[in-house]
Amino acid sequence: MVDVNMGFMTELMGKSWEVSQVKTVEELERIRKQAQAMTRLREGGETTKIVVGMGTCGIAAGARETLSAIMDELARRNIQDVIVTQTGCIGLCEQEPIITVVMPGTEKVAYGKVSMEKARKIVASHVVNGQVVGEWVIPTG
Amino acid sequence: MQFYRSHVLVCGGTPCVLEGCRAVRDALIGELKRLGLDEEVRVIETGCLGPCDLGPVIVVYPEGTLYEKVAVSDVPKIVEEHLLKGRIVRSLTGEGRLRGIVSYEEPAYLETQERIVLRNCGIIDPSSIEEYIASDGYRALAKCLTEMEPCDVIEVIKRSGLVGRGGAAFPTGLKWSFTANADADEKYIICNADEGEPGTFKDRLILEGDPHSILEAMAIAGYAVGAQRGFVYIRGEYGLSIHRINQGIQQAKAMGLLGDDIFGSGFSFDVEVRKGAGAYVCGEEIALIESMEGGRGEPRFKPPYPGTHGFLGKPTVVNNVETLANIPPIILNGADWYRGFGTPRCPGTKVFTMTGDINSKGLIEVPMGITLRKVIYEIGGGIPEGRKFKMAQTGGTSGGCLPSEMLDVPMDYFTLPEMGSALGSGALLIMDDSHCIVDIAESFMRFFARESCGKCVPCREGTARLHDIVKNLAQGNGTYEDLRVLKDLSHAMQKTALCGLGQSAPIPIMTMLKYFGDEFEAHIKDKLCPTGTCRL
Repeated sequence: MVDVNMGFMTELMGKSWEVSQVKTVEELERIRKQAQAMTRLREGGETTKIVVGMGTCGIAAGARETLSAIMDELARRNIQDVIVTQTGCIGLCEQEPIITVVMPGTEKVAYGKVSMEKARKIVASHVVNGQVVGEWVIPTG
Repeated sequence: MQFYRSHVLVCGGTPCVLEGCRAVRDALIGELKRLGLDEEVRVIETGCLGPCDLGPVIVVYPEGTLYEKVAVSDVPKIVEEHLLKGRIVRSLTGEGRLRGIVSYEEPAYLETQERIVLRNCGIIDPSSIEEYIASDGYRALAKCLTEMEPCDVIEVIKRSGLVGRGGAAFPTGLKWSFTANADADEKYIICNADEGEPGTFKDRLILEGDPHSILEAMAIAGYAVGAQRGFVYIRGEYGLSIHRINQGIQQAKAMGLLGDDIFGSGFSFDVEVRKGAGAYVCGEEIALIESMEGGRGEPRFKPPYPGTHGFLGKPTVVNNVETLANIPPIILNGADWYRGFGTPRCPGTKVFTMTGDINSKGLIEVPMGITLRKVIYEIGGGIPEGRKFKMAQTGGTSGGCLPSEMLDVPMDYFTLPEMGSALGSGALLIMDDSHCIVDIAESFMRFFARESCGKCVPCREGTARLHDIVKNLAQGNGTYEDLRVLKDLSHAMQKTALCGLGQSAPIPIMTMLKYFGDEFEAHIKDKLCPTGTCRL
């Protein structure tokens, strides 16, 4: 066991995290892929985005809990390439909490009255499997 | 693995530390905890982001919003508005050149820049080896050890046209080949991080922002020349650099990226830190080696050069921090890729630290051959308070002083010497028309008189005499004869001094006499300082 402060990894894994030796190029590549998941957020570019309405109306309607549920669901499924971000009130306060899912190459989809359970379902169905959950979509146009 | 929806990068370069970024970081962490956001927003201290005069600087991702001059009292607002509610706090995103949202790809201050050396500075967490690996770290070393012969590595560096960035501009590949061809039981790699040139702080910020790139490059150099040990000679004052490099060495060793049998190739390489005691002359490679051996930091006659007779008399490669930081990208992308930057004669980029009378002070990296005008007016935002540009000194105190007529000269290691100046290590001191040339010359010469090690006569006596004469001129007691003596003395020092210190100390004086001779004459003839700086 090596007691080295490995920065972020130590924070995550606790002090007793055993540092694995990198002996082959393949191992380096594996660590690189893993580590890139941690920094992808800073790279921008085309990726799936979940936008949560966090105006006062959204927060009052429980957007904080919705956001936490989304984050938890993504972490549980080990999904690293989705960006979760917030926005202010978009003027549909009665529909809050509102979340919008933007996937590259497709129309954005806004869901209304998203409870924690609905949020988990949307992550599973829409973000993971690409199936829009039609019944909760806010009709537009 | 934990999922974070937002990363807040707090610039942790020394200039921002001085502005209080640590307190801002702690306040951010505290505020995030208070609002229960600490599980979803990650705060990362990075290396220097560049715009040092705007510190403390923070960048919020995924939006890529840059907040400048952040005070502890601004933190609750940023956390509540931006990180909780997702509304950018526009009153804190700065004005002028950094106005509005700065996207990740093209922040305004990065538009004309090319970042090779600073590729990770301000973007990754320098205390995390994983983040370095995420941005292709240690892949160049892996490529060398598993796919390339040592001579191939040297060949790539030679073909890339990389020259030493410490100031002397010696071809790096050629330097390596001398040591590679030398026959010895032990060879060494030394990273020269004794950045002593006043106004230069690029090496410090590279070490602080991306320590692993230096360690990786040293291991590559070790493989190329057949060395198994490396030393990073860092100025003792650079506390954060020393800490980060030491931490990096520990991490790399723990992962087997330094130490024995790296990547199962049979190649072993170890690095340790040696602290300098702050003598300017110890940036000279032989004086540096003397200091490492425990002797007085003094240069000695060359040849033999360190490439064959260096540390402990063994073949030694001494490379500057910035030179080394170029190595991993060159290995990964190839020599032709590198030659695509800069000029055909002098490929690549140069890191500059901009200081003095300029709107945006800080760290920049630009292609070789860029003009001074572009750097000052496009990246630097011009001269403050509408004053006129008077002169720029490139390369630190021992560099030449360029007047406004030289604003359009391409800056590289070959063109500037032809103009009697030097690109040097990368300090860029800008002065407006409120400064007196004679007064500036006096302060420069005082510096050299104090820093001369005293070993050779031309430098010991020369720097002292130069200072005396210029001081006399500044007090209004000079004569035309003094100007002639200054020129003769400068010429003699350039030809006869033992090392770079004595040879380059007269460069500022000579360029000042050449371009601002009338100002010296005004001090003699009219006993008048045109800017009113000198007390005559």
